[in-house]
Amino acid sequence: MKILGLLSLLATHLSANSVNIEENAGQFFSSGHTNNWAVLVCTSRFWFNYRHVANTLSVYRSVKRLGIPDSHIVLMLADDMACNHRNPKPATVFSHKNMELNVYGDDVEVDYRGYEVTVENFLRVLTGRLPPSTPRSKRLLSDDRSNILIYLTGHGGNGFLKFQDSEEISNVELADAFQQMWQKRRYNELLFIIDTCQGASMYERFYSPNLMALASSQVGEDSLSHQPDLAIGVHLMDRYTFYLLEFLEDIHPASKSNMNDLFKVCPKSQCVSTPGHRTDLFLRDPGSALITDFFGSVRKVEITMETVNLTDPIEQVEQNFVNEDLQKESYSYVDQLPVSEIIHQGLQLVNNNPGLSHPHLSFTGQSVCCRPSSISSI
Amino acid sequence: MVCAFNLCVIDQLLRGQLAALSIAVVVIVVGVPLWWKTTETYRAWLPVSQINELSNLQLQLSADVEVVFARGTVTPEQQKKVPLTRTQDEEHSVDEDTALRYRYETRYRTATIMEEDALDQPTAAEADLSLHTLSECPCGSLVVYVIPESSSLLPQDVDVYIGQRRTALLRIGGQIRVGKTLDLLLAHLEPRIKQVLQVMSFSHTDITAALSDRVRLSPGNKESIADSMRTFKSSPGYEITFSLLNPDPKSHRLHWDIEGAVQTYIQPLLTKLASVANFSIDSQTLYYAMLGVNPRFDSSLGAYTLSPDSLAHMINPVEARLGSNAASSNPVLNFLLYVPDAQHSPLHIHDSKKQEVPTNAFHSPRWGGIMVYNVDGFYGPEAVFPVDLNINMAKVMGVFLAQLRLLLGVQSPNAPSGFLVAPCSRTGLADWELDRLMWSRSVENVATATTTITSLAQLLDQIGNIVINDNIAEQVSSAVTSLQLAVAELEAGNLRFALQYSKEAILASERAFFDPSLLHLLYFPDDQKFAIYIPLFLPMCVPILLSLLKIVSDARQKRREKQAKKD
Repeated sequence: MKILGLLSLLATHLSANSVNIEENAGQFFSSGHTNNWAVLVCTSRFWFNYRHVANTLSVYRSVKRLGIPDSHIVLMLADDMACNHRNPKPATVFSHKNMELNVYGDDVEVDYRGYEVTVENFLRVLTGRLPPSTPRSKRLLSDDRSNILIYLTGHGGNGFLKFQDSEEISNVELADAFQQMWQKRRYNELLFIIDTCQGASMYERFYSPNLMALASSQVGEDSLSHQPDLAIGVHLMDRYTFYLLEFLEDIHPASKSNMNDLFKVCPKSQCVSTPGHRTDLFLRDPGSALITDFFGSVRKVEITMETVNLTDPIEQVEQNFVNEDLQKESYSYVDQLPVSEIIHQGLQLVNNNPGLSHPHLSFTGQSVCCRPSSISSI
Repeated sequence: MVCAFNLCVIDQLLRGQLAALSIAVVVIVVGVPLWWKTTETYRAWLPVSQINELSNLQLQLSADVEVVFARGTVTPEQQKKVPLTRTQDEEHSVDEDTALRYRYETRYRTATIMEEDALDQPTAAEADLSLHTLSECPCGSLVVYVIPESSSLLPQDVDVYIGQRRTALLRIGGQIRVGKTLDLLLAHLEPRIKQVLQVMSFSHTDITAALSDRVRLSPGNKESIADSMRTFKSSPGYEITFSLLNPDPKSHRLHWDIEGAVQTYIQPLLTKLASVANFSIDSQTLYYAMLGVNPRFDSSLGAYTLSPDSLAHMINPVEARLGSNAASSNPVLNFLLYVPDAQHSPLHIHDSKKQEVPTNAFHSPRWGGIMVYNVDGFYGPEAVFPVDLNINMAKVMGVFLAQLRLLLGVQSPNAPSGFLVAPCSRTGLADWELDRLMWSRSVENVATATTTITSLAQLLDQIGNIVINDNIAEQVSSAVTSLQLAVAELEAGNLRFALQYSKEAILASERAFFDPSLLHLLYFPDDQKFAIYIPLFLPMCVPILLSLLKIVSDARQKRREKQAKKD
């Protein structure tokens, strides 16, 4: 009898909660979004966590390919793999073995790098509580009609995610941060993807409306990495993100695939862990939510029907005589570092001394970050 | 010290008991308050009761209407009873926390001789102009001139003319239809004046749309959703960027006098809107910026066409190259002028019915607008490339101005039939349109500021270990004061002051909410709290507790012995 009473109480409490959520976000039922944002975070450092940086950069590439511009992406990478001293191919981060796909490229825009990726900065970006000196590129300037994609990867456990090997973010803090975003109407809909061990524990505590979450493994399971590359010497990608990327490669800006297809990515046979998802807080039917609603940036447009009839001629802006004095100052460029000369000189050195083999000089012009150490000897 | 064994033991016992008692006293009286004080977080005082009051919002919007009867609309008997004033209240309850009241104060009077002369002008537009020179209407109020049926100011099928300032001309029927007494006349006029007010002053749909931050309304029709999605949210400043996209500099050398055009065409509108927001304008030219879509060649028209589906994909490839002012976090409105390259000229945008769009432009909600400007007509096939071309800025700015109006929320409401709205003035904004914008912006600011303040108070209440600094408390107090002032000014009908106070309220509340010090970083689950305190306090407390217990049991035993002795 007591158990029945308790059960009925629990049932009414749960139903009251769900009604509350619907009331809370009732107005978003059939309204849409006008812009897209993405917050992509890699939380681990050290060379052997190469795969986490490759994960994040691969999602960054897909999101950019599908249309979200750099100004709307906040990319946080906790360590620099491309210019790491142990990287045999500097200025590259590969996501596929045999170095098929370089996800670093030459137009990556990392907003938070190295030690700037902390729990505090991550929460500040989400809630908007940044110091006034923060530039625009480091802020999440979303409004009530923004769809946000949040992707986290790194090492995690039951209820926490490890940042930089020194601190953790707990699932309660994350849920509270999302609730504060909801209170200030900083998102329309939010898709949360996490690729860590026991990732499903991170979305257990969410309670704000319009959230959809995907994780690479359930509580008690580990997410595994995909394939090592023998030349680079580390694992290049995690399984879940690898198959997620394969799925995203088939998506183009006009495609109509929906979230139900995303849930089928990486079944247990391929992933070894069981990916999970949570849609009870999401008000629309996941089948009606398109992939491009979160990963791409399809704009709504309206034809302009009206025009204002302007008949006045343009007023001539008066010339200031002060300008003449200013124009007398002439500017010239500072001498640039003669990179091509240095590289050619270095190559000549190698050609003349075949014993000097330097991996940095095996290809010309592509090293955007690393300086060949033989320059210092010139 | 020589003493008997028993006495020494008792002495030591006493000393032990005294020691234990004094330690216990020090721990409880001095230690516990000291620990409590040093581990508490500094929380400045917040006006919580006033914030709770504000969460229940009762807004009253007042509008003054002056109804002026021209010659021939009132009979002499009716004229004796005029001038008079009437007040009307309309109550709306939006949800359990928000209620709206609209108050219309209507003053009726007859026209002066100068006004009669002004109304004798041949056309409505000139009458409007001369009426305006006679008297200046304060912000937020309206004047409606009632003209007789026989008047030739308005064309046949038009009953109402809405001017560029705050005046409207209303034509009523003859006395036979209207009625003899003043009451009948006023009763006839009331619904018609209400119609005019819906167009020229605030309307219920606009105000409830402005409250969307506060009130979870089920969305109305598709149009209202589109309107709310298209307009930028109220912000203290906006940035406007004009960009000229030239994908083919080898063929076209484009000249546009953007500074002059902005000064002549756009700046008057922005100066008029200065009370609503600050605007900063910049411009740029982008070379080799291609469209992301391939236009199709339509041989029947001899031109390249863009279908409406492909328009949605045009913006993204360009947006990456547009850049923005890194210093401010204000929303950016982008206006792009695209001149197609020589191979793909002329380029026309078609709507869903495959009709050519006359403006050749489209806009994206909350982003900006793009206009395609064809230059192939300005040179022949024998021209020497690159061709010098001057862009007709009046045409371009006409379209951009219309898009700017839409994006800022100044769209003209659908006027009912029989209404004639005057075309846009030189500034591109009629006075009554400005009033409408100010009404909805004030209400939106008040709604947003109240939700921000109440959710901040809730947040600080829930999370006990966030430090509340003095500056945050100051911002919150000033936000509360400004909000109360804004609501009071709205009630009194002073629109300009209401908007100013609401802007101050929103600035203060946003600054308080987004203060960097309000970050809750430390989450301590209960088991961690115990794990920290137990190793510190338990080894100290256990001996004290045990000795206190021993003292109590010894005292009880002594009392029992005494009682036994007595017996």
